Amino acid sequence: MIKIVNIGMNHETAPVELRELMAVGEHTIDEVMGTIRTIKDIKESIVLSTCNRVEILFTTDNEKGATESVIDFLCRYSQISREKLLPILYIYNDQEAIRHIFRVGASLDSLIIGEPQILGQVKEAYRIAVNHKSSSVIVNKLMHRTFSLAKKIRTETEISGSAVSISFAAVELGKKIFGDLEGKKVLLIGAGEMAELAATYLVHNRVDKIKVANRTFRRAVEIADQFHGETISFEEIGDQLLHIDIVITSTASPEPIIFSDQVKKAMKGRRNRPLFFIDIAVPRNVEPRVNEIENAFVYTIDDLKGIIEFNLTKRKDEAVKAERMVDEEVIKFGEWLKTLDVVPTIVALKEKCKKIRQIELKKTLSSLGNLTPEQRKSVENLALSITKKVLNDPIVFLKSKENRSSRNLYLDIARRLFNLDSDNENTNKKSYK
Amino acid sequence: MDIFFFKLTLIVYLIASAGFLFFIIKKNKKVGYWSHRIMLFGFALNSIYLTLSYYQLGAVPALTFKTSLSFLSWTIIAAYIIFQVKFKLMVLGSFVVPFSTFLMIISSTIPISTITVRPIFKGLWLPLHVGTSLLGDGIFAIAFIAALMYLIQERQIKSKNLGAFYTRLPSLNSLDSLNYHAINYGFLLLTIGMITGSIVAQGSHGSYWRWDPKEVWSLITWLCYAALLHQRMAIGWRGRRSALMSIGCFLILIFTFVGVNFLMEGYHSFESLERSQLP
Repeated sequence: MIKIVNIGMNHETAPVELRELMAVGEHTIDEVMGTIRTIKDIKESIVLSTCNRVEILFTTDNEKGATESVIDFLCRYSQISREKLLPILYIYNDQEAIRHIFRVGASLDSLIIGEPQILGQVKEAYRIAVNHKSSSVIVNKLMHRTFSLAKKIRTETEISGSAVSISFAAVELGKKIFGDLEGKKVLLIGAGEMAELAATYLVHNRVDKIKVANRTFRRAVEIADQFHGETISFEEIGDQLLHIDIVITSTASPEPIIFSDQVKKAMKGRRNRPLFFIDIAVPRNVEPRVNEIENAFVYTIDDLKGIIEFNLTKRKDEAVKAERMVDEEVIKFGEWLKTLDVVPTIVALKEKCKKIRQIELKKTLSSLGNLTPEQRKSVENLALSITKKVLNDPIVFLKSKENRSSRNLYLDIARRLFNLDSDNENTNKKSYK
Repeated sequence: MDIFFFKLTLIVYLIASAGFLFFIIKKNKKVGYWSHRIMLFGFALNSIYLTLSYYQLGAVPALTFKTSLSFLSWTIIAAYIIFQVKFKLMVLGSFVVPFSTFLMIISSTIPISTITVRPIFKGLWLPLHVGTSLLGDGIFAIAFIAALMYLIQERQIKSKNLGAFYTRLPSLNSLDSLNYHAINYGFLLLTIGMITGSIVAQGSHGSYWRWDPKEVWSLITWLCYAALLHQRMAIGWRGRRSALMSIGCFLILIFTFVGVNFLMEGYHSFESLERSQLP
């Protein structure tokens, strides 16, 4: 019986220093795939390497031998001693391996649950496996199921619903205030890393020119260049409030630099167009009372953190739903795997022909009218011998492949040709994108 | 026959309302899409009903409280369909369609009263007066709902308590601009409605203006909306303040529509319209 094994490490089991040693990059992937393919007991394989995980999934008839060989290879590749490596590895078999890859693809095993990049990375890993011809019936099916399940989970649950990073949450808020951020004017006061990140997101959303004010002018020029923006002096901030839509503050000033009266005055001049302050500084740069002014909205770093925490717990709640969907899919896949044995396929083939024969006989006999028992018998014999003879060659062929490595491929083809699993073939028909 | 279409419309609107509520709670876009379709079908039925009643009555079917409510519900949906083209705010339907259905339900509970159609009810001016006034009311209803949605969303963002409505409601800017557009067009139609109304009055009573309660309250409503538009255009009001004021204006409009008819006697009240003699 064929086994599916998954050996790997992720952000939970291994510290980043060890994951780095293990990471498979663009340059080494060919070599790694090549080496794994040459391991004697491994039939199909796929290698997934991201900054948070390294996974090797393979199918084998000799579970123990293949697992040992892969661990040996990993020791050699990463130059980590076996004693050090084993505690940070996880080894999953069969059902557990299937569940694991489903969970990885659906972003349930990610550092931030629901982050969308992982699915693309799994797809890329599969593309490489296909290029190296290291995937075949089982891995193909497993990966297609992984993709469709991940897609289903993303649309049917809110696992990737709301923002879970400060800058993203800020952009989301901006959209709820302004609708469209295109053409909105942004002012950066102070230069923190997080402020720059938020500005980057805003630029992605096609805001208008970014203006930068900073105590040290040189730094202001640097940042302005980065965003193709322009610099202004601190004294100009008051006037700028008339034109700017989004203000991001992150200075180290111990006193507020934006005051309620200032904003109130600016509101008149700007005919009450909304003004959104993102105050990332601690202590605050924007007077809290500004939030009480109509059409002015102030969000501090703590407010944004609160939103993120709330969204994260929401994602975790949604993950429970997703896990249930994974469970269902694991059972379905297990059932499909069982059919890859020769006997069930032959039985299913015979059953199908028997059913067709019976239906057709019933139709024919009723249209022929009164027949003598002998005539009736010979019509039945005719039908029986036709189906038997048609099936003979395919069955002999399948039996001859019983102990060959290409068995799964032919079984899969036979099942598809004769449409033996009509209910669960939908996912397979979709070609890999 | 026409009552059959009335009932059918009500049933279809009820289904569409349920769909729209499901859509906003579950955020299921497919359900929203289909609810919109069902609503369009209901709107078609409603139109058939109104056309049939028009031919049966020989006058615009808005002379009793019952019929004018169902007419109003038609104009609200019509206004929603028109604004939907520009603003594409599906979630608006989750508020508008149940509201409109609610008016239909009220209308269905009022017994049918036979009314004698006086000659003055026939002709072109009365349908024009009723049509534009009620379409104006329908558009103001959209402005009212947009203002309510604005206040909810603004509360959520200001209080930093981003609850269930935050993700479901559209942005403040689109709600504010919807409110603004609706008030502009509503005001235009209300103005036309009042001018054509005075022409009808001239025909039936010989004077353009008779200080009838309905006329007076319509003028008050008109002045309120005019003031709101002035604040928006000249002073630059936006957002919360204009949302609050447009809600206030709409409450006055409701009083003009309902209260005046029941609390004050005048030739414009439904009661006197139903009588066969001129007061």
